[in-house]
Amino acid sequence: MLKKISSLPFNGTPEQEAQLVKFIDGIRTQQGCLMPIMQEAQSIYGYLPLEVQQIIARELEISVEEVYGISTFYAQFALSPKGKYNISVCLGTACYVKGAQALVDRITQILGIGPDECTADGMFSLEACRCIGACGLAPVLTVNDDVYGRLVEKDVDDIIKKYQ
Amino acid sequence: MENVNITINGMPLSVPANYTILEAARLAGIEIPTLCHMKGKNEIGACRICVVEVERARSLVAACVMPVSEGMVIKTNSPKVMQSRKMTVELLLSNHNRSCLQCVRSGNCELQTLAYEFGVEDAGCFDGVKTESVEDKSAAHLIRDNSKCILCRRCVAACKTQTAVIGANNRGFDSAIGSCFNMDLNDVACISCGQCINVCPTGALRERDDTQKVFDAINDPTKHVVIQTAPAVRAALGEEFGMEIGTNVEGKMVAALRRLGFDKVFDTDFAADLTIMEEATEFLDRVQNGGTLPLITSCSPGWIRYCEQFYPDMIDNLSSCKSPQQMFGAVIKTYYAEKNGIDPKDIFSVSVMPCTAKKYEIARDDQSAAGVPDLDATITTRELARMIKKARIQFTKLPDEEYDNPLGADTGAAVIFGVTGGVMEAALRTAVDTLTGKDNENYEFTEVRGLEGVKEATYNVNGLEVNVAVASGADNAKKVLDAVKNGEKNYHFIEIMGCPGGCINGGGQPIHTQSEWATIDIKALRAKALYDQDKSMAIRKSHKNPMIKTIYDEYFEKPGSHKAHKILHTSYKAQTNTIK
Repeated sequence: MLKKISSLPFNGTPEQEAQLVKFIDGIRTQQGCLMPIMQEAQSIYGYLPLEVQQIIARELEISVEEVYGISTFYAQFALSPKGKYNISVCLGTACYVKGAQALVDRITQILGIGPDECTADGMFSLEACRCIGACGLAPVLTVNDDVYGRLVEKDVDDIIKKYQ
Repeated sequence: MENVNITINGMPLSVPANYTILEAARLAGIEIPTLCHMKGKNEIGACRICVVEVERARSLVAACVMPVSEGMVIKTNSPKVMQSRKMTVELLLSNHNRSCLQCVRSGNCELQTLAYEFGVEDAGCFDGVKTESVEDKSAAHLIRDNSKCILCRRCVAACKTQTAVIGANNRGFDSAIGSCFNMDLNDVACISCGQCINVCPTGALRERDDTQKVFDAINDPTKHVVIQTAPAVRAALGEEFGMEIGTNVEGKMVAALRRLGFDKVFDTDFAADLTIMEEATEFLDRVQNGGTLPLITSCSPGWIRYCEQFYPDMIDNLSSCKSPQQMFGAVIKTYYAEKNGIDPKDIFSVSVMPCTAKKYEIARDDQSAAGVPDLDATITTRELARMIKKARIQFTKLPDEEYDNPLGADTGAAVIFGVTGGVMEAALRTAVDTLTGKDNENYEFTEVRGLEGVKEATYNVNGLEVNVAVASGADNAKKVLDAVKNGEKNYHFIEIMGCPGGCINGGGQPIHTQSEWATIDIKALRAKALYDQDKSMAIRKSHKNPMIKTIYDEYFEKPGSHKAHKILHTSYKAQTNTIK
């Protein structure tokens, strides 16, 4: 699947950049250092927008394209930021047949974002995930670490309200 | 290196132990087909076209990356191998835009050739969904059509040593060659060198074709159409017509251009001599008056674009001389126009170049000496061949003809501009004579010749020690520039060309298969054609070109004059907004 590239403005801070550069300094001479650097960058910023990939490219003296190619190959890297609250809807087989797609559609309707997108205020992001092992509670969604199961479409409204 | 004994198709063979199966098979007279393989540059075993059967191996192996070993028994054309290769091509074709009849690479496409050779009967036998793509037409010099891309990554490998702005993005069926964050080529730090086009096995990458513009001008009775030809074109154009690599076809090329209908056929070499006059003067001026050193040549627009993007702090080191193409264009629309009583607006000035970056260069700022663009169109060696073929001109049967005068006069110094080290040598020939005030007989500066990426030499001229460096290809330019910036090297004069090997290997030159590149030293043969011509010429120093003397007497007064600056020089600016 093609990754969604966020069009939200980049809000990185100089402190975040300093943290990333410090990490790079400690590892830059190691062969194969790019992957751990990208993982660290994602843990600092939550995602890998152009501005972050440019920092990595500049520090390692490689082109942004070299970083970007890897960021689009591995599922673990995101090009769109996560919100303060990340809503993850399970689209595994059990959840799907129990109507999980309707949950996704309802969230999109309320928040105006599709999967792999983040609201402009940075509060909510949405992702579709694979089985989280709670098939007995299907359909299931999580908001950060909170799990909600046996849902129907209209339950979504109350869940989102709790976090607004 | 010791040898190992192997068997290929039942024949015993002794081959160096560090050979791959692909190289070993060549010794047996078998050229195993490849698509992704580029010797020394892209050895990734990805395309699976080169598979062969090796006894006791679990499956077919990729000959391009599999080293030979003692006792290895190889079959290169067993039914299993043939079946596998054919199916691989059929699968590639299932996701390929098979518009072969209209494709610019028809007849010179490695995928087409393999489909024919393997006997593919139904190119659509595996048809299904195709990967979606949009043509990238953003760049002045090239068009990328991923519907014809086979993901071999040869372009990526070619770009890696340039500016590495393209790569493989996404994964699986969505995999596509492109730039970061889906940007157009024009938004990233591409230098328009066109090296990617030269290695593309299919029609996925092609130069922007300007031949129709040129045909239209020729057929416009109100236009006086003038063409100039760069030195490196004559060393390669013959290849498009099946002539041996390294054949100098200057005379036939001139004849063909006349038959195409150009009003005047001139030689860029004249402007190369002019460049030397201006650049040597600029160099001596900077040395004597404490100007910015090292002085760096400015003939290669790929290099200029690289400098402006990656070394904006070194723009002052660039020679302010326009490239020979642009100087020639400027002379045509000023001196030549005045002398012949032609309004510059009625002149259509064309160049044929080994270069794709020239397409970018003609639209640069500060390249309009007569108030109109110095050049109206530029075509590559390949496009010229296309025009000649379209006009059904029988190139190989043409007589050798001479350039038109007066702007066809040239020297050996100008001819070697087409190869890495040539501009430096030409400049040295003139600078040494100027400094010593003599007509020196030792004017072959062989230290700066050859196809190595970086060359250095030190010359003592009349008590003045001059350290020079020559680099070709962006990665080598970087090495030299970093050494200057770090203070490791103290050069006075540097020649840089954007393409590896210089213009003879420009992005607009005839395309060859990778098996030809692996077995023939194409760059060296083209370079030899130019050095041979230099050797054969009566005048081999730019300042001895009689037309150069005339044009300074009649028009520019002296090198570096106010008028020369206005017409023959240009300016540069940092390009910091592209993504590197």
